[in-house]
Amino acid sequence: MNIHEYQARDLFEKFGVAAPRGKMASTPEEAEIAARELGIEKLVVKAQIHAGGRGKGTFKNGYQGGVHAASTPAEVKEIAAKMLGQTLVTHQTGPAGRVVRKVYIAEAAGIEKELYLAILLDRAKSAPVIIASTEGGMDIEAVAAKTPERIFREPIHPLLGIQPYQARKLAHALGLKGQQFSQATKLIQAMYRLFVAEDCSLVEVNPLVVTKEGNVLALDAKFNFDDNALYRHAEVVALRDETEEDAREVEASKYGLNYIGLDGNIACLVNGAGLAMATMDNIKYFGGEPANFLDVGGSATKEAVAAAFKIILSDKQVEGILVNIFGGIMRCDIIAEGIIAAVQETKLPVPLVVRLEGSNVEIGKKLILESNLPVISADSLADGAQKIVAAVKEGKAA
Amino acid sequence: MSILVKTDTKVLIQGITGGFGSRHAQLSLDYGTQVVAGVTPGKGGLLFADKVPVFDTVTEAVTETGATVSAIFVPPAFAADSILEGVDAGLDLVICITEGIPVEDMVRVKAAMKGSKTRLIGPNCPGIVVPGEGEGSHGGCRIGIAPGYINHKGHVGVVSRSGTLTYEAVWQLTKLGLGQSTTVGIGGDPVNGTSHLDVIKMFNDDPETEAIIMIGEIGGAAEEEAAAWIKQYCKKPIAGFIAGATAPPGRRMGHAGAIVSGGKGTAKAKIEAMQDAGIAIAETPSVLAETLVKHIEALKKAGKL
Repeated sequence: MNIHEYQARDLFEKFGVAAPRGKMASTPEEAEIAARELGIEKLVVKAQIHAGGRGKGTFKNGYQGGVHAASTPAEVKEIAAKMLGQTLVTHQTGPAGRVVRKVYIAEAAGIEKELYLAILLDRAKSAPVIIASTEGGMDIEAVAAKTPERIFREPIHPLLGIQPYQARKLAHALGLKGQQFSQATKLIQAMYRLFVAEDCSLVEVNPLVVTKEGNVLALDAKFNFDDNALYRHAEVVALRDETEEDAREVEASKYGLNYIGLDGNIACLVNGAGLAMATMDNIKYFGGEPANFLDVGGSATKEAVAAAFKIILSDKQVEGILVNIFGGIMRCDIIAEGIIAAVQETKLPVPLVVRLEGSNVEIGKKLILESNLPVISADSLADGAQKIVAAVKEGKAA
Repeated sequence: MSILVKTDTKVLIQGITGGFGSRHAQLSLDYGTQVVAGVTPGKGGLLFADKVPVFDTVTEAVTETGATVSAIFVPPAFAADSILEGVDAGLDLVICITEGIPVEDMVRVKAAMKGSKTRLIGPNCPGIVVPGEGEGSHGGCRIGIAPGYINHKGHVGVVSRSGTLTYEAVWQLTKLGLGQSTTVGIGGDPVNGTSHLDVIKMFNDDPETEAIIMIGEIGGAAEEEAAAWIKQYCKKPIAGFIAGATAPPGRRMGHAGAIVSGGKGTAKAKIEAMQDAGIAIAETPSVLAETLVKHIEALKKAGKL
């Protein structure tokens, strides 16, 4: 789960991570009031969407840039009016872009130096690691590739937590002295406490800045939360903005289905995450393009399968569906009943290939055959992928 | 010999009275597995399926029944505690089936387990199967949620991060008449107890295992780590598959650990590392068993086996 910049700022404040002051606004009028209340001369207005590259983005109304400097409340209002309700396209949003529903009005820090700071999970070590770099404001992967000596990694013992000396090591590695050294040490420890307390999987501050006044501040932040831990963080769940998510994914999650929309034309419905990925790979391998990832899980009901079909078919790019089920414990006859019900209900406008294997497979196949529905049967995943690719091609030719 | 467990290993089930746990405890009993105890705090004294005693604590269950291995079926919020209870009771092996445990919990559990005698498999895994000699491999040791009937006793070791892809491979092997020594599902989470490499080393040392199938997926670098070791030390033929070549970067593909982030953990990098280690890669999971058979034939022809 992701959150907006203004929400990240609130979390920073709660845990004592120093950041520029700011306020969120949903209307141009609110933006003007926020600017007045902040009482700062140098301000910046930032469009709030869950995607990077806002500064260099373009609004569909032609307005350039999702981040603008302003110096008066009137100017803030004017900029907010050009952003709010408009669609911003950045290199991360895809051509569809995202509608800006909120703006963040913040103190524009005079920047002396840009640094980088992040906390994430080191999978190989099974421990959190803090990553710092003197090269802030840039793509950190590019820095890692070009100048790896400018990236510092400090693994944290999961049971001890961060030790003050570790924060000092990092502050020193960032080349900070005196008051800035102390401020950074404090900020790093506060950020680690936040990372653990809120079950984050990533907190990335890029850039971490040293201001012209000599203060160390977290200027921009990216958060990811561990979905598995959301059950114990009602305060984080409350920050979820469903309008930033794919509506189909939100709908699927209501049925316990794991759906991810993609750009292709052949949809798939599979049990098991590994098999679902492999099914996508096979569609591509035999010349198609997967339209989605969909894991119905190990105990899908007839209703969930029916819901899955509706979600798949709500994607207008879908020209064919491949169902791939290895019913280990899950009985194939139950899946077959779900498919039949879904096909009857949705009237099925596209070709459907079904591959069933495993427990009660003969009963499942018989049920589908006897239903007299236009379902193409397949004997293996590879066979199924080939058949659906061919059926879609034929459909186009006809 | 199998690895990790034998057909007569005494197994206890943590969470045996829950819907999920009881269903699979029953399936394991039906398969002929020695399920000797169950643990559900507050339900000590009950009998599961009229014969398996239920205890309040794991230590009590171990003392009373001599169980050495446990399978965990408790909900995610209580799973970390259950794993640590199994470690405290001195079990040899804890297999955590539970999906959805917070990463933070697993990171702490793993750190706390250092130096203990207990091995953890999973979480978020289908478990282990050692096929028996009866019909449909009955009489084997099935711990977890894998279907029993697809297995067949034999000499191929299978290790995988994914449940259903494991079943694909095992079922293909069985249909070709190739049995399995042991099948191990290590789970789809980013922090797990046992890695591909751990299992591959055991298969390499197991005289009963003659060939290996290794199934991985995007995310992390566990497959690359295993491949580097295999290249140098593994004496047995391996066929493999990596799922997720078409997954978009930055998205979690169902499994918490299946994510390409910062350009790391791609299927391409894993496949290249595995090919470099001499592993035969199946172009589609439908030909995993076939790929292994052809690989063995090719090695024999070349005089390398």
